[in-house]
Amino acid sequence: MLELFPVLDPKGVIALAERGLMFQALGFMLIVAIPVYFLLFFFAYKYRASNKKAKYSPNWEHGRMEELVWWVIPLEVVLVLGALTWGSTHELHPPKPLAGGDPLIIQVVALDWKWLFIYPEQGIATVNYLHMPVNRPVEFRITSDAPMNSFWIPQLGGQIYAMTGMVTALNLMATEPGAYAGASANYSGEGFATMKFTAWAVTPEEFDAWVGRIKASPETLSWEKYKELVEPSSSVPQTFYAAIAPGLFDSVLMQFMDAHNPTGHSH
Amino acid sequence: MFGKLTLSAFLHGPIETVPQLMIVGGALGALALLTYFRLWGWFYREWLTTVDHKKIAVMYFILAGVMLLRGAVDAAMMRVQQAIAVPGSEGYLSPDHYAQIFTAHGVIMIFFVAMPFMFALINLATPLLIGARDVAYPFLNSLSFWLTVAGAVLINLSLVVGEFAATGWLAYPPLSELAYSPGVGVDYYIWALQIAGVGTLLAGINFIATIIKMRAPGMTMMRMPIFAWTTLASMILVVFAFPILTVTLALLGLDRTLGMHFFTTELGGNAMMYVNLIWAWGHPEVYILILPAFGIFSEIVPVFSRKRLFGYTSMVVATMCIAVLSFLVWVHHFFTMGASANVNAFFGIMTMVIAIPTGVKVFNWLFTMFRGRITFETPMLWFMGFLSTFILGGMSGVLMSIPGIDFQVHNSLFLVAHFHNMIIGGVLFGFFAGFAYWFPKLFGFRLNERLGKYAFWCWLIGFLTAFVPLYALGLMGATRRLNVVDPSWQPLFIVAAVGLCIIAAGIFLQALQLFVSIRDRKQNPAGNDPWGGRTLEWSVSSPPPAHNFAAIPHIYSRDAFWNYKEDGGGMEVGPAHGEIEMPTQTIVGVLISLCALALGFAAVWHIWWLAALALAAIVACLIARSFETNIEEKITV
Repeated sequence: MLELFPVLDPKGVIALAERGLMFQALGFMLIVAIPVYFLLFFFAYKYRASNKKAKYSPNWEHGRMEELVWWVIPLEVVLVLGALTWGSTHELHPPKPLAGGDPLIIQVVALDWKWLFIYPEQGIATVNYLHMPVNRPVEFRITSDAPMNSFWIPQLGGQIYAMTGMVTALNLMATEPGAYAGASANYSGEGFATMKFTAWAVTPEEFDAWVGRIKASPETLSWEKYKELVEPSSSVPQTFYAAIAPGLFDSVLMQFMDAHNPTGHSH
Repeated sequence: MFGKLTLSAFLHGPIETVPQLMIVGGALGALALLTYFRLWGWFYREWLTTVDHKKIAVMYFILAGVMLLRGAVDAAMMRVQQAIAVPGSEGYLSPDHYAQIFTAHGVIMIFFVAMPFMFALINLATPLLIGARDVAYPFLNSLSFWLTVAGAVLINLSLVVGEFAATGWLAYPPLSELAYSPGVGVDYYIWALQIAGVGTLLAGINFIATIIKMRAPGMTMMRMPIFAWTTLASMILVVFAFPILTVTLALLGLDRTLGMHFFTTELGGNAMMYVNLIWAWGHPEVYILILPAFGIFSEIVPVFSRKRLFGYTSMVVATMCIAVLSFLVWVHHFFTMGASANVNAFFGIMTMVIAIPTGVKVFNWLFTMFRGRITFETPMLWFMGFLSTFILGGMSGVLMSIPGIDFQVHNSLFLVAHFHNMIIGGVLFGFFAGFAYWFPKLFGFRLNERLGKYAFWCWLIGFLTAFVPLYALGLMGATRRLNVVDPSWQPLFIVAAVGLCIIAAGIFLQALQLFVSIRDRKQNPAGNDPWGGRTLEWSVSSPPPAHNFAAIPHIYSRDAFWNYKEDGGGMEVGPAHGEIEMPTQTIVGVLISLCALALGFAAVWHIWWLAALALAAIVACLIARSFETNIEEKITV
């Protein structure tokens, strides 16, 4: 049943922690919500007008103790949830590096309407396809050369926005091998619904073998090729590049920094 | 001569042509009916020029009702598309058309359904509740309404000429900038909201002045009915928040029209600034809508429990706490934009803090029912429906206020389910309750109870059927605004579509209820006090006379009317002079709004001579109005 709900079926440390947080917060809230439901229907039934046996106090309008109690009950719950929020927000802060060794760096560029993934250390790039070793932290450095998007792989962990001229960071780590669906969560135009990708978590050996295969493939991503890729297109098939123009990711970013060359996009 | 406007702007694809013809046909049909039945004089005297808050309330109701139908059709088109569109069979709407529909749905439901519905109830009830003869500025009230109409007309005009924004209801840049949205859609969006927004701001000022200055003698602030308090809080939020919207949209307009770079991706523009600004308005907007709904329930629960409101002071304090806190939480709409952990944690915790005063209100309502004598007429049913769905929405809201959870559900259908939970289950159910409660006062006859109850059950069951699946779909990884969905999600989308059909049945029953009630109005006179009311509006006839109170009552306590009834005496009132000063009718509000509509249309299409002309005409109207001395007349009662 749970496998139907990727958010509740985590395959990575962050997604697991986020699900735990969700269950914990829900539990605390139910402490208040269940009595409220009970009181609502109990009072509605007991004090219905036709029940003349129930006590009727038409002028009872104030009770210091009662009111104190229901200022304090939600306050207590919020104190607990607030502490939980403070701790978990720092713990799950997307740019925070994860324990588990040296992270693999993947640069992400949201385009109209596909995802470009650059592996700077391996010198390869992919479109709408991610490959990463299991049980090794991955640091995504994310930007956009298109309207705002949001990078999200539900089974591995929560999302973060992709914005032009800026880099956001997201650290994730898969703990089980498998293929996980990823998508853009922020509407970015006509082809938005097709901005999907698959994230494969594989053993380190398989990952190295995969890098080797990509390096032997024919396509390469020069700056000119990149500018062609930026052109809007939907339902883009998975594509692989054996080599990339040096400093490609920084060049993408710097387009928006240079006031004298405002050629940020192709529209 | 006509700027960017060419004949091709009138030509659309087959699916767009249907609503285009419906809007043109509907407008022509209305004009033809007025002409055929020779109703122009009546229409002019009774409606166009009126400054009576009760008639303005009726017109706001009609505007909200008509636009609700439009917004519901948009919703139905989206539900059908998502129920049938899977990869390989992409449904019947193009991606661009689908995007225009979800944008229009959000904009229309918030700005042209919820807001007018709220102002209808505030107009109807506030002066009566505080013992006033009208609002502080009756002409301004008429202007506010007609500016809202101008905005609504402009947004519907986009169906006939050109296109609407395809950006989502808050038009985030850079998508809404010229680079990605070169058409006129976003300009329609900007100008429709600017015009309606000015109307809203003026109404906010008007009702603050009304509540502060126009209360009956003896009605201290702490003797005001809670609805007056929540209206005051809501209007204060309007006055602080709407200027932010105006400026934000103006900056976006400058980017688009004059090539500036506030929010573009290059030359130093920064979209994050827009996102912050729009939510600095957008979050208070949520409370602008929900606070009056809370106020309505605070009036209804004591009446139908036949018992004083429990914890009046707590209610007032809680209302004002919510109003202040509503300005301190806007970042929770974009925890995923990459702010530091300290910032995200702060705004998360502030969001939860709002749950405290809200929880206090819930307990106070519950303990108003405690040891009461409760009957379940339609308004009370809406309250029960509200509270049982609102707890669900409140819980999902608190979940999303924790950044670590929000990262996993933000921008998903879980979020969509949450805010519909608050806007339908909270705001709309509250307004329906208020409508059912005050309708007999406004029109002098009762609504058909049976059909009202059927409509309530359809709305409640339909709401749950339509939106509980969306919570589940969000957890399944379904993001919002998808024109094509994953086949594994399809069953739940079909359930949601069925839910919408049940809601549609509810809307149909409400229309039928209105028809039947109007047909049988002679058999169901409301009398002054159909519910056993507690507040001043029930002390006057239904419908109230134009001047509301022939003599202004003296107030010595809360629940003033109830206390007078208990004591067995009549209301103690001030001297009846026999002559009452009433504001004179005026057409200036309509004229200014027509000019504003022309200005907006001209600005959308870059017809600059028309824009200049319209602007000059607005200034001329204002100057002419300021020289008008005949703004009050004496009537004898």
